[in-house]
Amino acid sequence: MTTTLVSSPISQFAGNRRRRTLWGIALGALCLLAIILSPWVIGEGGLSPMLTQRNQPPSWAHAFGTDWLGRDMLSRSLHGMSLSLRIGLLAASLSALIGTGLGLAAGTLGGWVDAVITWIVDVFFSLPHLVLLILIAFAVGGGTKGVVIAVALTHWTSLARVIRAEVLQVNSSDYVQLSHRLGRSPLWIARHHMVPHVIPQLLVGLILLFPHAILHEAALSFIGIGLSPHIPAIGIILAESMRHLSTGYWWLGVMPGVLLLLSVKAFDWLGENVRTLLDPKTSQG
Amino acid sequence: MQLRRILVFTTQKLLRLGLLLLAVAIFTFVLLSLSPIDPVQAYIGADMMQISPEQRQLIAERWGLDQPMLLRFGDWLGQLAQGNWGTSMVFNQPVGAVIASRFSLSVQMLAIAWLLSGLLGLGLGIVAGALAGTWIDRAIRLYAYTLASSPTFWVALLLLIVFSVSLKVTPICCAAPPGQLAADVTFWQHLHHLLLPALTLSIIGVASITLHTRQKLIDVLHSDYVLFARAQGESLWGVIHHHGLRNLILPALTLQFASLSELFGGAVLVEQVFAYPGLGEATVQAALRSDIPLLVGIVFFSALFVYTGNTLADLAYPLIDPRIRLGG
Repeated sequence: MTTTLVSSPISQFAGNRRRRTLWGIALGALCLLAIILSPWVIGEGGLSPMLTQRNQPPSWAHAFGTDWLGRDMLSRSLHGMSLSLRIGLLAASLSALIGTGLGLAAGTLGGWVDAVITWIVDVFFSLPHLVLLILIAFAVGGGTKGVVIAVALTHWTSLARVIRAEVLQVNSSDYVQLSHRLGRSPLWIARHHMVPHVIPQLLVGLILLFPHAILHEAALSFIGIGLSPHIPAIGIILAESMRHLSTGYWWLGVMPGVLLLLSVKAFDWLGENVRTLLDPKTSQG
Repeated sequence: MQLRRILVFTTQKLLRLGLLLLAVAIFTFVLLSLSPIDPVQAYIGADMMQISPEQRQLIAERWGLDQPMLLRFGDWLGQLAQGNWGTSMVFNQPVGAVIASRFSLSVQMLAIAWLLSGLLGLGLGIVAGALAGTWIDRAIRLYAYTLASSPTFWVALLLLIVFSVSLKVTPICCAAPPGQLAADVTFWQHLHHLLLPALTLSIIGVASITLHTRQKLIDVLHSDYVLFARAQGESLWGVIHHHGLRNLILPALTLQFASLSELFGGAVLVEQVFAYPGLGEATVQAALRSDIPLLVGIVFFSALFVYTGNTLADLAYPLIDPRIRLGG
C-alpha cells in the first residue's frame, strides 16, 4: 500500500497524517450524528401535506423537491434516514455482540466448540446473503422486529472469523506461552494480552458492519419485507418513488438515495480512519 | 491415475454438497418451526374465517403437525429427498417447475452480468494498477469505492430513470413487450428487455474485483522479477502481459466465482426494480405472500447455485495453473 500514499500539496497544509485522521473521524461522526438527530431539530413541519406545492422539482425552498402530496422530500428523507440509521445501529451492535462472543468462544475453547462455530459460519456463507435475510425476516414474522433480527443474525460471521483468528494467533505467540509458564491465570492473560488485541479489531469491525447493516435494512424495506409502509424508513420512501418514476419526477428516487449513499460513505470513512488510528503501523506518521 | 483423482474429487464434492444441503435443511426447518407463522393459516390465507376449528384440527392432523418435531423433520426430509418439493401457492404449480421456469429467465441475465463484470473489473483493475497514483487510478478507485457502498436497488433505479424514462431507449419493465405471448417474443426483443438489468448487475459487481486486481498488480509490479524484466528493456504493458496476467487471473477468478452469491442477491433487488419475472422476483413474491414451499425451494436452490460456483472455481484452477492439481 505504500505506493498509494503519494503526498499531495494539500497534505502539507492539513498537518500530519495523525491529525488528518483525527479530523476525518470527527467529521464523519459529526455528519452521522447530525443525520440521526435531524428529525428532532427540523421537527415534523415538512411532513404535513401541502397540496398547493405538489411535485415540485428541487429548489432553494425544497432542496430535495416535494412529493405527490406536497410534502418536503428533504424532511421526509432525513426522518427516514435517521430511522434507518438507528435500526441499523441497533442490529449491527447486536450482530457485533454475537460475533465477538462466538469468535472468542471458538478461539479460546477450541475443540468441538470451535468446529461447530466454524461450521455454522460456513453454512451462513453458503447461502446468498439477501436470501438468508429474506428467509429470517419472513420466519420471525417480518416488520421492524424481523429486520432487526435478520440483520443481527446474518452479519456476525466475518467479525467472528477475524476475532477467532486474532485470538488463535495471540494464543500461540511466545509471550503468551511464557505468561502461562510464569503462572499467570488464564483470566489475567485474557485481560492483559487478548483484550488489547481484540478491542481494536472489534471497534473497526463494528463500524464497518454498520454500512452493510444499513444497506440491507434499506434493501429489505425496499422489497416490502421490512418495516411497514406506515413507518417511512429510507427504503420505503425509495419504494414509493418507484410508482412515480414513469411520470418523470426523478427527484423522488434520486435524492433520498443520495442521502443513503452519503450516510454509508460516512460510515466507511469513519471506519477507515479509526482503523488507521488504531493500527500501530499507521497511527503515527 | 488421473481418472482416480477425478473420481476422488467428485466423491468429495458430492459428499460435501450433501452435508451442506442437510445443514441448510436443518437450519430452515428449525427456523420455520420456531416462527410464529401458523402453517395452516399461511396455506389457507384469506379464507381462514370460513374454516371451523374442527376442520383446522383435521388439516393439522393430516399434515402431521401434532407429531413431535424430530419425526416431522424426518418426514419432511424424506419427501424432499424423493423430489416432492410441494406446490407453490402463489403460482399454483409444483415448486420445481416454478423454479425451473423462473431461473431460465434469470440465468441469461446473471450470465451476461457475470461475464461483463468480470471482464470490466479485470480491465479497470489492470489500468488502475499500472497507472497507480495518476488521476486515472484515482478516478477508477473513486468509482469502485462509491459503487461498493451504493445500494443496488438505487443504482437500478437511477439507470431506469436515465435510460427508460428520460432517454426512452430501454423498456421500463418486464421480460417482454406487454400484451405479447411468450412464444412470439423475438430474440432481439428479449435481449432488449434483458440488457438494462444485466448492465446494472455488472456495474455493481465490478467494485471488488477491480480493487483486488489493482492491489495485486501493484504487488507484482514491485517484485524483483519485474524489476529484472524492466532492466532488460521490457515495456510496462509487456510486463503486465507476461508477468502480471498470470498472477492476476487466479485471484480474480476466485473472486468472480465467489461473487455468485452476491450476484444472486443483487438479482433479487434488480428484478424487483425492473419488474423482471425471474427467480429473484419469485423470491420476493414467496416471502411477501407466505408461500413457504416456494421460499424453501429457492433457499435450497440458491445454496446449490453458490456451491456450483465454488466447485467451478476449483475445476478452473488446474486449467489455468498446471501446477495445481485437482483435489489438492
